[in-house]
Amino acid sequence: MQNLDNLESQSIYIFREARYAFKNLAMLWSMGKDSNVLLWLAKKAFCGHIPFPIVHIDTTYEFPEMLEFRSWAKQYYGFELIIKINHEAIARGVSYKTHDPVTVTHELKTVALKQALEEYKWDGLITGIRRDEDGVRAKERYFSPRNQSMEWEYKNQPPEFWNLFLDTLPNNGHVRIQPLLDWTELDIWLYIKRENIPIPPLYFSKNGKRFRSLGCWPITHPVNSQASTIDEIIEELYHTKTSERAGRAQDHAEPNAMQKLRAKGFL
Amino acid sequence: MKNLLPLEAKSLNVIFAGHVDHGKSTLIGRILWETDAISKEKKETAIAYCKKNNIAFEYAFLLDSLVEERTQNITIDVTEVHFFYGQRRFRIIDAPGHLEFLKNMISGAAKADCAVLVIDASSGIGDQTKRHAMLLSLLGINQIVIALNKFDLVHYSQHSYETLSQECKSLFERLGLSYLSIVPLSAKAGENIVERSSRLSWYRGGSLLEVLLGLKSSASAESSPLRLPIQDIYRFDDRRLLAGRVEAGKIEQGDLICFFPSGKKSRVKAIHHWPAESSPRLVTAGKSTAIQLEDEIFVERGEIIAHENSAPLVATDFSARLFWLGDWPLVIGAPYIFRLATGQCMARVLQINRVIDGSTLEDLKPIPIEVKKNETAEIILRTSAPIACDPFDQIQSTGRFVLADKDRISGGGIILKALPSKPLHETQSLSRISSIQRIKFLGHRSGVFWMTGLSGSGKTTLSNRLEQMLFHRGILAYVIDGDELRSGLSKDLGFDAQDRRENIRRAAELAKTLAKSGLVVIVALISPFDADRKNARAICEKQGVLFKEIYIDAPLEVCKARDPKFLYLKASKGEIPKMTGLDSPYEPPQQCDLHLLTAEESIESCLGKLLDFIIPLVRISPDKEKELLEDPAAEI
Repeated sequence: MQNLDNLESQSIYIFREARYAFKNLAMLWSMGKDSNVLLWLAKKAFCGHIPFPIVHIDTTYEFPEMLEFRSWAKQYYGFELIIKINHEAIARGVSYKTHDPVTVTHELKTVALKQALEEYKWDGLITGIRRDEDGVRAKERYFSPRNQSMEWEYKNQPPEFWNLFLDTLPNNGHVRIQPLLDWTELDIWLYIKRENIPIPPLYFSKNGKRFRSLGCWPITHPVNSQASTIDEIIEELYHTKTSERAGRAQDHAEPNAMQKLRAKGFL
Repeated sequence: MKNLLPLEAKSLNVIFAGHVDHGKSTLIGRILWETDAISKEKKETAIAYCKKNNIAFEYAFLLDSLVEERTQNITIDVTEVHFFYGQRRFRIIDAPGHLEFLKNMISGAAKADCAVLVIDASSGIGDQTKRHAMLLSLLGINQIVIALNKFDLVHYSQHSYETLSQECKSLFERLGLSYLSIVPLSAKAGENIVERSSRLSWYRGGSLLEVLLGLKSSASAESSPLRLPIQDIYRFDDRRLLAGRVEAGKIEQGDLICFFPSGKKSRVKAIHHWPAESSPRLVTAGKSTAIQLEDEIFVERGEIIAHENSAPLVATDFSARLFWLGDWPLVIGAPYIFRLATGQCMARVLQINRVIDGSTLEDLKPIPIEVKKNETAEIILRTSAPIACDPFDQIQSTGRFVLADKDRISGGGIILKALPSKPLHETQSLSRISSIQRIKFLGHRSGVFWMTGLSGSGKTTLSNRLEQMLFHRGILAYVIDGDELRSGLSKDLGFDAQDRRENIRRAAELAKTLAKSGLVVIVALISPFDADRKNARAICEKQGVLFKEIYIDAPLEVCKARDPKFLYLKASKGEIPKMTGLDSPYEPPQQCDLHLLTAEESIESCLGKLLDFIIPLVRISPDKEKELLEDPAAEI
């Protein structure tokens, strides 16, 4: 089997294990490239059905193109969409104008997710993170427990081998299920090309710039690129020496920002 | 597009294992640096970090990402990185060397196609080198490259290489492992990583990367017999779909398939994938799939689909090799959750045959009664229900299992072979207290000693004396005799053939239960029929209770003369119909475990023989006893 078949099969396996083990499951979806591959794989895993709600943590700093894609995709795939905004933080005046990126990311993403978990009591949460995104995510497991405060005990993770995953819930917490861990940025694009998966237009070059990774618009910057087709993006990534999240300010706001964010529950 | 060939290729998963501080992360960091697989930004971050903290640049910093990893200079959890070299794509798994993080090392190693075992040439083979090599063999990784690192510290000496190579060879021989090459190098100085080093001009082999280019991805299990464990059953629309991944072999529309362990059969009506037009007729090993059956038979998650003529093993007892990661030791008799492929049930360890000290690779002597954290053992396992599996050396994915202790995966192992389900002397108890715990508490093993013989042959006399003598030797014994049974448990029974048989059955059940509680049970019953005694033996042995039949033999005339209960006298007056030995036959045991002739030998001599027979069976060997005494708190 070729690389993509292998990755696809393993991701489907993880999806199916998640659905079997956790009855109150939801999937996070940011409309980005990984999220859309995740959605596609969910359709494959469940033979055309998505048997759990899709959750978008809306920071209110979404690119308009992304919001447009959101409505289109909901219609196209036919899933149950839950949109969660941390209204309380916004009312308190948390914004990129007044606060640093780590604080805003924590408030509008992590805390919003926490509020959603309290409301919907999900026991399993499917996410689209990949090991190759950054060194801290590289340490992740496919089934990764979080305690009630959503904290990640990264120094004492459960062993995981031979596709035998954690199938019970930590005390009042939830389990993050991460079917894309083994995929690289390149694999994602090769798969989008092979399967013809719809993605938002922001990834393609416009006026010599494109986005490699999408987040809140005030802290997400495009990179210089002429790649305006998927083939060109693949070619570019094969030769690039710039990291994928170089345009994401929250990662670089302070040393070990990602570890701090993730230990507190960030994706 | 040009030069994109490796993108389509499956990546080769390589685990870097070895003793802590032997330089695994440095070596990987150096490989990434040299193959230009590290982003500019990451290089700059690592350099800036070192500058800011006023420390020398370490290649390991390119890898270790947790703050604790950098400050303590150790790898806590597995990291995976991809890189391209030549026309190949590699996924490197950097595993922690610290004993503390062994579970993380195994989590990483379990998905590797091959391994690089890193050894510091200046300090030689370390404890973790041995432990990791043993685990690699247990995980079935047979492509191993030995990287002798830090050759800069031994002045690139050929003599060091030869000495160390010899040590590695004997280590691998002991483990039954083979290696592909032994590569001398220096991660720090960058010698013999990509290019062959001129400082190692005496070395004839390839650089590390040249050797890695020659490795193979794990062979596909496509040519093996079909194994498709059911993950789940979906009924989202009018179709009922069995979802799962083909772990070995292939499955095709129209195939007659069998489910194991249930033994049910059906035919594959169709294979359904999404989008519908991508549905294949044939699916091969490695692919996740969903099949529809011709018949709506009831099958469940955990069953394994196979073709009828190449069935997996179905059994409850297995010999297995296991590594234990649990904070609490693995104990004989305690219940664990057993998971193999998608199946799950309870399991207990019946016997521990070997425990290997991971740092010396020596067998622990005497054989311990438990397996401690980070130890490897050979055990006999019994599952609560029959399971389908394969010996690991035949089909890997259905030959490996994990044991979970209260929801936490605490050990992993491989199936060596299935065993006939015959009872072993170690009791399988449903009690929360294991037989071993009882043995520790009482200081002896239990069993049923069944005395059979005519009335007057001496059963009661011998049994009562025996009970007393055992008791005075610290062995808790109890006698079940006919009168006691008849006055209580069997009060409702008469003396016809059917009731006598029932009386024996009850006695056997009671004896078994008392023996399971830890006692040495002496049963003194005429029990004239061989079939009834065989049944009593079966009742006990089925639950792992030791059962011995002792024939207390005296001629009828002697028994009549003794007549301790005046039974023969009463019978002669017609008060007892069907008296054994008179008008009802006595069937002597065909093969008893001990035969005592009470008319020819004195009571003392018979008692001596009884003690000589029973005590070795119930006593714990002196070294085991010593161990129990030294560790009174174990298992509690």
